[in-house]
Amino acid sequence: MTAQTAILLTMIIPLVVAALVAILGRVASANVRDTVMVVVAASLFPVVMTLWPEVTAGGRPELIWVEMFPGLPIAFKVEPLGLVFGMVASFLWPVTALYGIGYMRGHHEKHQTRFFFYFSAAISAAMGIAWSGNLMTLFAFYEALTLSTYPLVAHHQDEASLKAGRVYLGILLFTSVAFLLSAIVWTGSVAGTLDFRDGGILSGHVHGWHVPVLLGLFAYGIGKAALMPFHRWLPNAMVAPTPVSALLHAVAVVKAGVFSVMKVVVYVFGLDLLSSTSASVWLMYVAAFTILTASLIAMTKDNLKERLAYSTISQLSYIVLGAAMATKAGFVGGSMHIAMHAFGKITLFFVAGAIYVHTHKKYVSQLDGLGRKMPLTFLAFGIGTLSIIGLPPTGGMWSKWFLALGALQAEQPLLVAVFMISSLLNVAYLLPIMARAFFLPPSEETAALPDKDAPWATLVPPLISAVGCIVLFFWADALRSLLVPVVGV
Amino acid sequence: MNLLDHFNYYVVITLMMVGFYIIMARNNLVKKVIGLNIFQAAVILMYVTMGRVHDGTAPILADGPDVVYSNPLPQVLMLTAIVVGVATTALGLALVVRIQENYGTIEEDEIRALEDAS
Amino acid sequence: MSAETATDFSAHLPALAVMVPLMTAPLVVIFRNSKVAFGLSLAAAWSVFGMILKTLMLTLEHGGWVYELGGWKAPIGIVYNVDTVAAFVMLIVSGIGALVLSYAPMSVAREIPENRQTLFYSAFLLAMTGLLGMTITGDAFNVFVFLEISSLASYTLVAMGSSRNGFTAAYRYLIMGAIGGTFILIGIGLMYMMTGTLNMADLAERLPEVAHTRTIMASFAFVIVGAGLKLALWPMHTWLPNAYTYAPSVASAFISATGTKVMVYVMLRFVFGIYGTEFAFTELSLGLPFAVLGLGGIYAASTAAIFQTNFKRLLAYSSVGQIGYIVLGMSLATVGGLAAAILHLFNHAIMKAGLFMAAGHINHQVGSVRLADLEGIGRKMPITMGLIAIGGAGLIGVPLTVGFVSKWVLISALAEQDLWWVVGLALASSLLAVAYIWRFVEVAWIREPAPALEHVTEVPFWLWGPTAVMMTLSIVFGVWGAGTTEVAMEAARILLGVAA
Repeated sequence: MTAQTAILLTMIIPLVVAALVAILGRVASANVRDTVMVVVAASLFPVVMTLWPEVTAGGRPELIWVEMFPGLPIAFKVEPLGLVFGMVASFLWPVTALYGIGYMRGHHEKHQTRFFFYFSAAISAAMGIAWSGNLMTLFAFYEALTLSTYPLVAHHQDEASLKAGRVYLGILLFTSVAFLLSAIVWTGSVAGTLDFRDGGILSGHVHGWHVPVLLGLFAYGIGKAALMPFHRWLPNAMVAPTPVSALLHAVAVVKAGVFSVMKVVVYVFGLDLLSSTSASVWLMYVAAFTILTASLIAMTKDNLKERLAYSTISQLSYIVLGAAMATKAGFVGGSMHIAMHAFGKITLFFVAGAIYVHTHKKYVSQLDGLGRKMPLTFLAFGIGTLSIIGLPPTGGMWSKWFLALGALQAEQPLLVAVFMISSLLNVAYLLPIMARAFFLPPSEETAALPDKDAPWATLVPPLISAVGCIVLFFWADALRSLLVPVVGV
Repeated sequence: MNLLDHFNYYVVITLMMVGFYIIMARNNLVKKVIGLNIFQAAVILMYVTMGRVHDGTAPILADGPDVVYSNPLPQVLMLTAIVVGVATTALGLALVVRIQENYGTIEEDEIRALEDAS
Repeated sequence: MSAETATDFSAHLPALAVMVPLMTAPLVVIFRNSKVAFGLSLAAAWSVFGMILKTLMLTLEHGGWVYELGGWKAPIGIVYNVDTVAAFVMLIVSGIGALVLSYAPMSVAREIPENRQTLFYSAFLLAMTGLLGMTITGDAFNVFVFLEISSLASYTLVAMGSSRNGFTAAYRYLIMGAIGGTFILIGIGLMYMMTGTLNMADLAERLPEVAHTRTIMASFAFVIVGAGLKLALWPMHTWLPNAYTYAPSVASAFISATGTKVMVYVMLRFVFGIYGTEFAFTELSLGLPFAVLGLGGIYAASTAAIFQTNFKRLLAYSSVGQIGYIVLGMSLATVGGLAAAILHLFNHAIMKAGLFMAAGHINHQVGSVRLADLEGIGRKMPITMGLIAIGGAGLIGVPLTVGFVSKWVLISALAEQDLWWVVGLALASSLLAVAYIWRFVEVAWIREPAPALEHVTEVPFWLWGPTAVMMTLSIVFGVWGAGTTEVAMEAARILLGVAA
């Protein structure tokens, strides 16, 4: 299989799955539909991995699809950063799909066919973002992702989810159209190209105060990165079924956002331009502010999913911060964090959903003693927690390590302090959940539950992703050596 | 310049404004169509008079080398414009008939009240 | 190709394209059978489309040519100016006409009494004749004649709707349309007075000498106002919403997609082809008022669209807003701006025709297009709703649809002129489109189906097929926008008279 075929396949497989789901949902039983979905979905990751050898060897396989505007094609180019995002998304998709089946059935959700249809379509859009070879392609798939995930957010069709859907769509479309598109037009008009190139395309074309303003348009235009104050859509979207939260907050949507920010910084601005003009210093502080504020808000939330949502906002800003540092270690750390946080956070969401399906509890304060009833579930939760905090033996440690290193390279010791405080805050809002579950005496209600762990379809996925967290700890060097060539050795 | 040189234009503009006023201000749909007709007649008059050449005669081939003809083209054009005007009037009046059948009135304010009510 | 090669058969194609529907129209009435009428009209429409496709290819290959009707040379005879711009606009008209006709029989059967169906097809063909002729003719008075042919046919089409509101809508359309047409006639007359010619090419040549006279300025004002009325330039759009709402679905789809578009083209021809950029934009500074009216239209009409309770009326107000984008593009008087305007003619025609056709599906199954009657319709008519979603995405300007292509070209053109605040306004306005499209989306999908809709089913293939073709085109030209953009750029260069 040539790399070009592989690129095309990665976008087609999810669409095939979507089509199969739509057809089988009408003509076959739910079991057939779901089995086919997971099996076909599982083929995506191997296809993505066929690109690995070529990219690690320094190749940048390209695919030019069709000319959208004169001289401005829809083009795809696989580079290390995109590959990381693509691998994460393609690996976690079948896992989430499996989990989604368990969750949706356990919870007797309606409209499952529609749900899985848009779910798959969203992955196709995410793949398009991962491989996008120019800003126009990125923008196109970015919008496709927003629209294909809207039906998932508004899935319950009640007032709350309708409202959440409006906020979701309103913020994401507003920022992308008002800021991102203007930034793209601006970039195109000064640089004469919209291609992603090593070392950036803007160097020498923008000067003075234009640089930070343009950076701001990009950083806020990519609303999916949930940089404060445009973060409200994310906690709002928590009304959606948990597999959506898992997909949105770990795999497709938010990661697509921070990934885009990273990509813009590296391939449009170029690290040299930003570090030489100090244009991104303000962004560092906005990101640092978001990290701390969101963590503090997370501590006040009793609803487990909301707490995780604010934790996500905080963690996303790690990646934005990594980009804004415009240092090599910052880039490596931020990019690695895309993967590390994805595995950690999806585990936590999986567990939150599993608890909800199994016991209908959604508040932290209700979890006392539940760990003894659902030991494996909470074991997974524990590993995910460690990864988010950044402790060995989980992958989260490495990304934080490189980020801190990047802060030192950027000569911003204050940011190192931010990382440390933030890690403490992570401890403060995540560990108590574990402590409650294992060490506090169960409430009467919990004690009355049978000694049975979550059903397998909601239990296996968090275990897989938890194992993933640990594997990433040992595999981090492979990621690092994949990423380093982007910014020069 | 003699003011009366432009006599025809005074007539044209007066007629045009009269027609225009009727279209805008009258409430009765038939009267609006009449206004439209006056409006169009003014334009036809404008074309026809502008084709007139000083001391020119009707553009029918006559003997003699010194005969000055008026410009026939505007008149020909106006034949078409008259046809268009008649067609418009016919269609407009046909619509008024159907409106009368359906609403029972051809007064615009009453029609509007009926429309708002439904 | 030039006039000398007019013996070549293909040189006659543009004239034939106008003649075929004109001749078919009375033929259709003679037979007095709606099936025959439909068959003949469909054959005429598709053959016209074929001819024009060929014409467009010829112009792209060899450049344009002047076609002399009956062999009479200008200025005695009437000539047709065949060039890329005209061919492109004619392609829009005939393509949309042919597709809409393909969809017509079931919709017409539902909405128009049997004994008037032949007349409907006849009027449809006449409207098409007028629009095609107006586009291609090289004679200013001829523009007026074809304009009135298409207008009279359009009034008739609107009046054929099934509700009585159609009559008043048609009446108001007729009054406003007649005023607009007469204004254009006055403008043409004043030009003739000063130059003694009606041939557009001659006019363009002779006008500069007399451009400073008050007569020419007055003629310019009359033409702009007249054309503005006809193309529903905000705030002269008041006739449009009712006309589009109460017309039969087929007529709404056709007129909304082509009627105002051709008028825009006529305005382009007059402003850029006859008066000239110099006169219109430098001396009379038309740019600013046009930009203001364009933006005003975008905002006022899009906002009005949000509050509509009738789906077709919502689409109609959206049309007024979309015309605002076209006018905004025109106001720049640059290649990029004109290209954006011309491109949006094409792109918006596709989207709006498709959307009105989809509204026709709903009317066919439910008998109403009021939003209150459509709660939860999405689950009953999934294909229709999917098509509406594509069209709606286009209106919003979502990437990979035609709407985005237009928006991108327009924004780039504005950015080229460093009009950044206009860029911001134009971009922000797409959020209004999101709001009005979402109003429908929420009603259609999110609400539980109303009991009255219980037995509603999806429309048959013969209705949704053509609509699906239209929406597919909207995606095809959205993904592969380079082709249409190139044609639009070429057209803009021709209009402005600049070399590539």
